[in-house]
Amino acid sequence: MNGGHDLGGRQGFGPVNAEPECEEPLFHSEWERRIFALTLATGMLGQWNIDESRHARECQHPTDYLKHSYYENWLEGLEKLLKEKDLVAQIEQHAECFRVPDAADARKILSTGNPTLLPDSRPPSFRSGDRIRVLRRQQAGHTRVPTYIQGANGVVVDHYGTHVYPDQNAKGQRAGEHLYCLRFEGHDLWGSKSCSQSVYVDLWEPYLEPTS
Amino acid sequence: MSHDHDHTVLPSDLELRVKALESLLLEKGLVKRDALDAIIETYEHQVGPKNGAHVVAKAWSDLSFKQALFEDATATVAELGYFGRQGEHLTVVENTPDIHNLVVCTLCSCYPWTLLGLPPVWYKSAPYRARAVSEPRKVLSEFGTSVAEHTDIRVWDSTSEMRYLVLPERPPGTENLSESQLQGLVTRNSMIGVEMARPGNEGAK
Repeated sequence: MNGGHDLGGRQGFGPVNAEPECEEPLFHSEWERRIFALTLATGMLGQWNIDESRHARECQHPTDYLKHSYYENWLEGLEKLLKEKDLVAQIEQHAECFRVPDAADARKILSTGNPTLLPDSRPPSFRSGDRIRVLRRQQAGHTRVPTYIQGANGVVVDHYGTHVYPDQNAKGQRAGEHLYCLRFEGHDLWGSKSCSQSVYVDLWEPYLEPTS
Repeated sequence: MSHDHDHTVLPSDLELRVKALESLLLEKGLVKRDALDAIIETYEHQVGPKNGAHVVAKAWSDLSFKQALFEDATATVAELGYFGRQGEHLTVVENTPDIHNLVVCTLCSCYPWTLLGLPPVWYKSAPYRARAVSEPRKVLSEFGTSVAEHTDIRVWDSTSEMRYLVLPERPPGTENLSESQLQGLVTRNSMIGVEMARPGNEGAK
């Protein structure tokens, strides 16, 4: 979906206004610290994956997504997931199905991460140097192909192997697709004045078609 | 932040909402308090840009380490102990006089946590996410960074679970600095690509 989160190339947002690196606190208020920890801790229950979590934040009305601060969007996303999965009722009725991490479990999960590389089930369709076009896709669900490169021509610069495919993963189906890194020229994306600049984007095979 | 927080005012709606949510989750046993503490402690005290600075300073000092980084960054930094959430797959991209790299996530906030910790507010903001891909030179100028007209600017949009770290250029005049002195020159922003590393005369502190 191309909701409020799909920001690449949008105009009208004004300057970046970065806080100086040496002055910026990790969290700007206590509630940010708490929602950060709550989001990670509940994620460790294994009831949803990272793409479901991203999709829960993206599904807000674009006006709300853009108006909210970053951690407000995390709060919205977590509340939505808890309701959708009905987790409070689930743990009351099926406590035996839950393994709730303690401090040691949490540290272990953070240090292990969740690698997305999978064994290849078929050979890749593209290789480095191939010219491709990004398909135009207007679909309602979660996807990781930004709007600003849809329809654009690019070149494959790397093949990262088979990785969990977000469009399916967001529906709770862990399947793999070949993942590539592609280079797009700035002047193709933004006009002829954007010379000596390019954008590299990681894209899965179903987002791409060959060009001759 | 304490200096602009007036404790006599009522807590904000957000504070109340988060507090209510935390109380509910603790009461129902969906989270444990010590796990929350461990998560916060990890990102406030264990994982941060000093990890990335270690990797960069080592790459500046040790050519074989640098080559290993370009061949397999994930395994090479894992040998230093840097592996985990939001650092499962890693690529290091090198700045040179002809190439300047810049990292963004236009769709959310993907960022190499294992090496840089949690992203700053501006990295997650709409202006940066919108403009880094379309007008990187203007965005860089807002950080006080100017890149020569002929330099190829490469913007890395982190749309997959691959995380990108910029290897900034080693500042001139730093040949005699030790690896630990070099670490002092490597800022978080230089590893995102919005700034250069600090000049060499700031290293020995």
